[in-house]
Amino acid sequence: MTRRFNPIAALTVAALALAACGSDDPAAQEPATITLVAYDSFPEADTSLNAALDEFTSATGIGVDLLIAGDTGTMLAKAALAAGNPEGDVMWGVDNTLLSRAIGDGVFEPYPDAPTDQLPADFVALAPGGEAVPVDFGDVCVNYDIGWFADAGLAVPSTLQDLTDPAYANLLVVENPATSSPGLAFLLATIDEFGEDGWKRYWADLAANGVQVVDGWTDAYYGSFSWVGGDRPLVVSYGSSPPAEVIFADPPRVDAPTGVIESTCFRQIEFAGVLAGTDHPTEARRLVDFLVGDSFQSELALNLFVYPAKTSVPLPPEFTEHAVVPATSRTLDPALIDANRATWIDEWTSVVLG
Amino acid sequence: MDERRPRLNPANRLPRRLVALLAVGPATALAVFFLWPFATLLAEAVDGRAVGDTLRRGTTWRVVWFTAWQAVVSTVATIAVGLAPAHVIARYRFRGRRLLVGLLTAVFVLPTVVMGAAFLALLPTSLDRTVWAVIAAHVVFNLAVVIRMVGAVWEHLPPDMEAAAATLGASRRRVVTEVSLPLLRPALTAAAAIVFLFTFTSFGVIRVLAAPGTRTIEVEVWRRATQLGDVGGAAVLSLLQLTVLVVVVGWSARTQRRHSRALDLRPEAPRRAARTRAERSTVAAIGSATALVATMPLVALAVRSFSTPTGWSSSAWTNLGRTEIRPGIRLGIDPVAALTNSVRTALWATLFAVVLGALASLAIAAAGRAGRLLDVGLMLPIGTSAVTIGFGMLIAFDTAPFDWRASWWLVPVGHALIAIPFVIRTTIGVLRSVDPMLGAAATTLGANPTRAWWEVVVPMLWRPLAVGAALAAAISLGEFGATSFLSRSGGETIPIAIERLLGRTGSLLQAQGYALATILAAATIVLVTIVDRVQERT
Repeated sequence: MTRRFNPIAALTVAALALAACGSDDPAAQEPATITLVAYDSFPEADTSLNAALDEFTSATGIGVDLLIAGDTGTMLAKAALAAGNPEGDVMWGVDNTLLSRAIGDGVFEPYPDAPTDQLPADFVALAPGGEAVPVDFGDVCVNYDIGWFADAGLAVPSTLQDLTDPAYANLLVVENPATSSPGLAFLLATIDEFGEDGWKRYWADLAANGVQVVDGWTDAYYGSFSWVGGDRPLVVSYGSSPPAEVIFADPPRVDAPTGVIESTCFRQIEFAGVLAGTDHPTEARRLVDFLVGDSFQSELALNLFVYPAKTSVPLPPEFTEHAVVPATSRTLDPALIDANRATWIDEWTSVVLG
Repeated sequence: MDERRPRLNPANRLPRRLVALLAVGPATALAVFFLWPFATLLAEAVDGRAVGDTLRRGTTWRVVWFTAWQAVVSTVATIAVGLAPAHVIARYRFRGRRLLVGLLTAVFVLPTVVMGAAFLALLPTSLDRTVWAVIAAHVVFNLAVVIRMVGAVWEHLPPDMEAAAATLGASRRRVVTEVSLPLLRPALTAAAAIVFLFTFTSFGVIRVLAAPGTRTIEVEVWRRATQLGDVGGAAVLSLLQLTVLVVVVGWSARTQRRHSRALDLRPEAPRRAARTRAERSTVAAIGSATALVATMPLVALAVRSFSTPTGWSSSAWTNLGRTEIRPGIRLGIDPVAALTNSVRTALWATLFAVVLGALASLAIAAAGRAGRLLDVGLMLPIGTSAVTIGFGMLIAFDTAPFDWRASWWLVPVGHALIAIPFVIRTTIGVLRSVDPMLGAAATTLGANPTRAWWEVVVPMLWRPLAVGAALAAAISLGEFGATSFLSRSGGETIPIAIERLLGRTGSLLQAQGYALATILAAATIVLVTIVDRVQERT
């Protein structure tokens, strides 16, 4: 019999060879290493945000491992399932639309003595038991394509109500609140504006005016927004999208090609907290202290495209030039959101998608 | 022939103890990494209320109905469309044949979220976000399953049977319907079962291409668990999904066994060039139509990597290795590291899948009822929602010494679970069709039955196993769902990096996402083409 190609042997050799190149490194297992659980847009390595975490380690001797747990909803669902026997010690990134659920499911171990005195009091008050501390905030707003409106000679709409004006028919694309977090934030903005009684009529009007609904942010922004080749000049995106369009432009540019309609903005506030059941409560609290400290807070803007919760921290110039912090951004009580989310989404679905 | 009792090919027959020894590895892996997590999740999250609420909810049944009918239509359409190219690719020698198979495989394994976006760009606007767009995408993306699985058997069918029928005066159509198709029936059923599994659990295609609000069970499971925090309801839906699949897969496994016949399989590919003018034009027409269908979404990907809002640019490619976007600003998404990580993951996943898949195949071919059970059981992970597996592992593996939650090997194991059925499907057909006379001859020459099996059956395994290994590696490289629901600490794979790049504002990042998708497609094509070449030479 001739010798045949043996895939098992070949694979074993190849896999072992690659593993030898260094996949895991047991040396890092010191007793004082804790795990920071974060959502998937948190950079895993290589950025100034990660460098700031290294600073924490060199200052305290406490190592920090990062564990990426999926998008915010997935991360929280996992944390709720594992409540009491958590995957890590500190969790980063639960926002105000999910905070109530996190607290109700016993995900966090209260840390009432956290250094919150320099953080906005209204943010801190959202977790009244000290379960979590606010770490950053941002807005979800209707973005517009500046060039498109200039070419069309049309005034940019300035209110939510304007969007139902026939002059703006078939111009807006939004995300489905059932499947997308900016989609949900925008629905909440309209509930804030038109109240429990009026929002359904508003959405019926939007639907009659040709609003397009897609599944998620990527489909809306990259699939339909006129600035990136789609046919709709109005899209629900982030307040920080315009500065990102400048910083990540190709070729480089000086002005943002898109703008934000301020009165449509809904504020998302993100929180961090000690996970209930951690084996290292002391170290975990020290990390939370660090997360709201100056050095870490000052790295947030350019790495996560959010505003630091500690408002005294200076912002980088790229950010201040092109980002708008709306004077009045909308919010709703987290408990109200949590109690009504499923009902609102069902009602929205029957009004808008039939 | 007694149709009632599934027959075993005597060549595969082995002592009972040896069969058990072969089966223990794959069965344990299935129990530990699939059944246990799933059962733990059900036990933990499901109560009477979750069951009642889910079954009473009107949307549940709408979702189940939609999931089922679109999967049936997609499967039938995929088989119907795939037969002609499967025949041409299996039977004829023509230029670009291997490349075509590589292209189709790339389309199959690339993450559906990415391919969906490329597909959307190609569709006429009137079809955008309709169920027809979904079905068309399902057909295009799953064509490779039919072509590879049916083709693998078709190329081994002795052409003289067809030639004999033709000599006896049968028309071409009669040759196909009365000779080829009945012989291919097990392979067709197997391919149909896999396509059904994939379309029944469709996620990315539905999210990108279907009308908003149109959901499969898979999408609804994800939505309930991660968006509404209703893990109990999600687990009930997942169980419902699994129940339907067990029935379908069980039926398919039975059909495959019943209709498999011992054939005089030719080890060397009896491929030939088209001879007559009619043959030449048929091969050319079918070959180029298939190539067009497979190439278009891939070209759309590549085009997007050069496109920016203000014109064409190659900077996504020239800057791919650079993680510093602007002075002092780093993205934290490193494509090169992701590539290394993906390759390492794929090697381990392939190793697990090939070893376990080969053992399982031999055991299934040698065992009766228990073999069928193992066969169906190993198919289940493909049909189970990634969310449920990810969440199940989270709570099943949470106590020392089994606290494996963030272990690096959990991701390759998850990939292997999805790839094992492909290894089995590519090998089992060949094992079942081994000529029993070969075994008998070996025994006559003095070999004991186990030795005869070792000399006759096992060598038949290498060729389909190489194909299975390539598929497993390709599946691992493109896998997104299971990877994204397992927590990770050791860096991201390519599909995850693509998803992150496409999830952020900035034209450079979007172009880079598509550049990375193009690299993934190219890697898949190269991988599949090389293995096909190796396999044909040996």
